[in-house]
Amino acid sequence: MVRPANLEPIQGRMQEIPANLMLKCSGCGAMLVTKDYVRDLRVCPRCGHHGRMGARERIDLLTEGFQEWDKDLTPRDPLTFPEYLPKRSSAQIKTGENDSILSGAATLNGRPIAIAASDFAFMGGSMGSVFGEKITRLFERALKERRPVITATSTGGARMQEGLMSLMQMAKTSAAVGRLREAGVPFISLLTDPSMAGVQASFASLGDLLVAEPGAMIGFTGARVIEQNLRIKLPRDFQSAEFQMAHGQIDIIVPRAKLKDELGQILSLLLD
Amino acid sequence: MLSRWLPFEKPLVEIEEQIDEIKRLSTSDGIDTASRQKLMDKIEQLESHKREVMRRVYSDLGPWDKVQMARHPKRPYSLDFIGALCTDWVELHGDRAFGDDGAIVAGFARFRGRPIAIVGNQKGRDLKERQARNFGQPSPEGLRKAGRVMEMAARFGRPILSLVDTPGAACSPAAEERGISEAIAHSQMLMSGLKVPILVAIIGEGCSGGAIATALGDRVLMLEHSYYSVISPEACASILFRDPAKAPVTSQQLKITAQDALRLKVIEEIVPEPLGGAHRDLPTMGKNLGDALERHLEELLRLSGDDLIEARYQRFRKLGDFDEPEREFQPELNGHA
Ligand SMILES: [Zn+2]
Repeated sequence: MVRPANLEPIQGRMQEIPANLMLKCSGCGAMLVTKDYVRDLRVCPRCGHHGRMGARERIDLLTEGFQEWDKDLTPRDPLTFPEYLPKRSSAQIKTGENDSILSGAATLNGRPIAIAASDFAFMGGSMGSVFGEKITRLFERALKERRPVITATSTGGARMQEGLMSLMQMAKTSAAVGRLREAGVPFISLLTDPSMAGVQASFASLGDLLVAEPGAMIGFTGARVIEQNLRIKLPRDFQSAEFQMAHGQIDIIVPRAKLKDELGQILSLLLD
Repeated sequence: MLSRWLPFEKPLVEIEEQIDEIKRLSTSDGIDTASRQKLMDKIEQLESHKREVMRRVYSDLGPWDKVQMARHPKRPYSLDFIGALCTDWVELHGDRAFGDDGAIVAGFARFRGRPIAIVGNQKGRDLKERQARNFGQPSPEGLRKAGRVMEMAARFGRPILSLVDTPGAACSPAAEERGISEAIAHSQMLMSGLKVPILVAIIGEGCSGGAIATALGDRVLMLEHSYYSVISPEACASILFRDPAKAPVTSQQLKITAQDALRLKVIEEIVPEPLGGAHRDLPTMGKNLGDALERHLEELLRLSGDDLIEARYQRFRKLGDFDEPEREFQPELNGHA
C-alpha cells in the first residue's frame, strides 16, 4: 500500500504567498489587495461577496484555543481508485492537512464547544472515511462531554474515489447526530459556500439550527446537473442561502463578521 | 420485441423463440406421432443448449452488465416483490404535508404470516407510469411518507422491510425547494433510532443518496445482479472523463457489484438470482429473497429494541477505511473494516 507520509499541518496556505498581491472578487470582479481581503475575512468590501475560507481560518474566526482531535487519521484507498493517491497527495501539499476536515475542542466566548470545519481546497471538501470518522467521533465525544457542536461545511459532497465507503459515512454521521439530539446537546450546522450533495444530505442538514452565510450555495443536486438533465435554465440565485431560506430550508443567514457573536448568542439562548 | 432485451440476452431469446415455434408446430392439428416425437426431441435439445448458454453468460457478468441487469426493463420492481413475498398488502399514501410521491410505496402486509411494514422505491413499467413514478427517484414527500410509515411500524412493533431500487433521489428544482437533502438526512437519522428490526434488500439500483436514505437497516442484502454505489456510473464518468458514455469504465472503478459490496462488508449477504436474472423467474426469486429475509428476521426478533438500535449503530459505525497510528489514549479502535 503506497501512502503519502503523514503531513504535519502547516499554518497558512500556498495561495496566500505574498506573490499574489491582488485578486479578483468572484462576485463583482473588482480587483482587491489580497492582504486587505484576508483581513476583511475574505468578504468583498464592494459587493459583500463571501469568499471561501480554509478550515483552520474558519475555526480561528469562530473560536478560541482550538485543540485538534483525531489529527492523525489518514485516508486509505479502499477501491484502489485510479488517480486518487496523486490527487490526494497534491491536496495534502496544497492545504497542509491530512484530509478535508478538521475537528476538535475550542471555546466560543468562553463556552467549551466541539467544532469541525471542512476545507473546500482539499478535494472539494469531500467526505470520505476520514471525514466521516472524524465527524462521528466529534459528535460522540461532544455527547460524552456535553459540548455544543458547531460544524462548518464547505463541500461538494461524498468523495467519489472512496465509493461505497463514502456513502456509508452519510449513514454513520446521521446516526451519530440522532444520539446527540436524543441527549439534548445542541448542534448548529453552519452552511458555507458550497454545502452540497452527500454532506448536505446527511449530518449537515440535521443541525438543531441551520445557519448560512450570505450567498452560500446549498442543496443536493448541483444546478448545472439539474439544468442539463431537465434542459431548463435556472435563476442565478437558485440554491443560494437566500433562496433556501425563502423555501423554509434554513433558519438564518448571518454575515461573516457577525457570525461568532450570533452563534454565541444562539447557544446562550438555548443553554444559559 | 428483441429491443426489450439486453445485448448479451439476445442469443438466449433467439433460442427461446425457436423453442416456441417448434412447440407451436408440435401441437398443430394433423401432425402424426412420429413427427411430434421428433419435434419434442428437438425441443429438448434446444432446452439443454439454452441452459448451457445461460450458465456461460450469467456466470461471467461484468459490473456494467450488472448495471444493465439492475435496470432491465423486465426487472421485478418493489410492488412485484411485495406480491411475490407477501399477502394482505395495504398501501398507504401521502406525507401529510405536501403530496403523495409515486416513486415510493409504503404500507403494511403479511410476510409469511407475520405483519410487517414495507417501504420501497417504485419504478414504472410503461412510459406513462415511469413518469408518474419519476423513474423511481424519490422526492422529499416520498421519503417523508416512508418515514411516517416506518415510525408507525415502530409504534406498533412491526418489523420493517425496505426495498431499494432507485437511480438516485429526485433531481429537480421542486425537490430542492422542498428540501431533498433534509429528507434524505432525516430518513437516515430516523431509521437509526427505530426499535424494531429493519431489513433492507437492494433489488435493483442502489444509487447514491436516494438509496442510502432508506437503507439504514440491521441487515442489508443485495440481489446477485443489483448494484450499490455512491454515484451513478454515468455521473462519475461525466466528472472524470466529461463523457457519460464512459460509464462502463467507471462502473468497474467504483466497485458497485453485490460481490464488491460484500467484500467491503457493506452488506451481509448476496441473494442468488435464478439463472438468467430475477426477471426470468419471479417465483424462484421471491422464494430466495423470502428465505433469506426470514432467516435474518428470526435472528433479529430475538433482540430487544435497545439492543437492535445499538447493534444497528455499531454496524454503520465501523464502516470506513483509514489509518490511525496506535496511541495510548484511543477512545475507539474503529475503521479497519
Ligand atoms: Zn465583490
